Amino acid sequence: MRNILCFAVGLIFGIGLCVSGMTHPDKVLGFLDLAGAWDPSLAFVMAGALTIGFIGFGLAKRRRRDMFGAPLSLPDRGAIDRRLLLGSAIFGLGWGLAGICPGPGLVDVGFLEPRALVFVAAMAVGMVMYNLAALAGFRARPIQQDA
Amino acid sequence: MTNDWAHFTPASALGGGALIGLAATILILGAGRIMGAAGILGGALAMRPDDMEWRLSLIAGLLLAPTVMMLFGAADRPHFDASWPVLIVSGLLVGFGTRLASGCTSGHGVCGIARLSPRSLAATALFVATGFLTVFVVRHAIG
Repeated sequence: MRNILCFAVGLIFGIGLCVSGMTHPDKVLGFLDLAGAWDPSLAFVMAGALTIGFIGFGLAKRRRRDMFGAPLSLPDRGAIDRRLLLGSAIFGLGWGLAGICPGPGLVDVGFLEPRALVFVAAMAVGMVMYNLAALAGFRARPIQQDA
Repeated sequence: MTNDWAHFTPASALGGGALIGLAATILILGAGRIMGAAGILGGALAMRPDDMEWRLSLIAGLLLAPTVMMLFGAADRPHFDASWPVLIVSGLLVGFGTRLASGCTSGHGVCGIARLSPRSLAATALFVATGFLTVFVVRHAIG
């Protein structure tokens, strides 16, 4: 049951990305190109997602357990540290280069787009490099807490 | 339904965004997890047998979304301009950076901000700003 629910979540998430246009790298780059013909669509995607998300996470705040009785896995309210800032800057650089972030990258693989597959394969290598570096012990917090 | 993606598309952006928010809501209330694409894939790549199934199920849903769109005659194939080397460098940076920052556009940008997490607000502000700067340099300074 839990797996079916997660599959449905992936499907709705993916359809949302398709409908919103965020599966198109040029549309994402259109948002990031402030000095060009700026396309504010991505901000509207965020507004739509956050409107529903505020309600959903507002409800989640009052709950301790999920539908299957397991505790909710919410990240700790940690400090804004160097890892967060350095990681976000590295991510933003990569995002600006090709206009693809992890969710849309995966959906675009579902279009059987070879360039998306190359991007996602490189992204997976980057993630494994991080996992290995974390295992090697640069003061990693537990990986399962991550968003 | 084929949108003119080259221009501002407010209605489909809001509607698609709402679906993304709905998916995140179902996941946190139903299975108690944060819907962050980078965290879900990165965690799956850590290959812990007891923490794999839900991740792979969700990723399968993402991969099949275009097929569902095609069934409704609404699929728009993405178009990629970036060269192969740029795609590889970009992928490596996105993969490593999102894991180091513990989140990406969905994990920090949607779920984290919806939870009013100061960490996620800072992360989102920084990766959007770095994205702006990168595109400016690539398209207008050296482009």
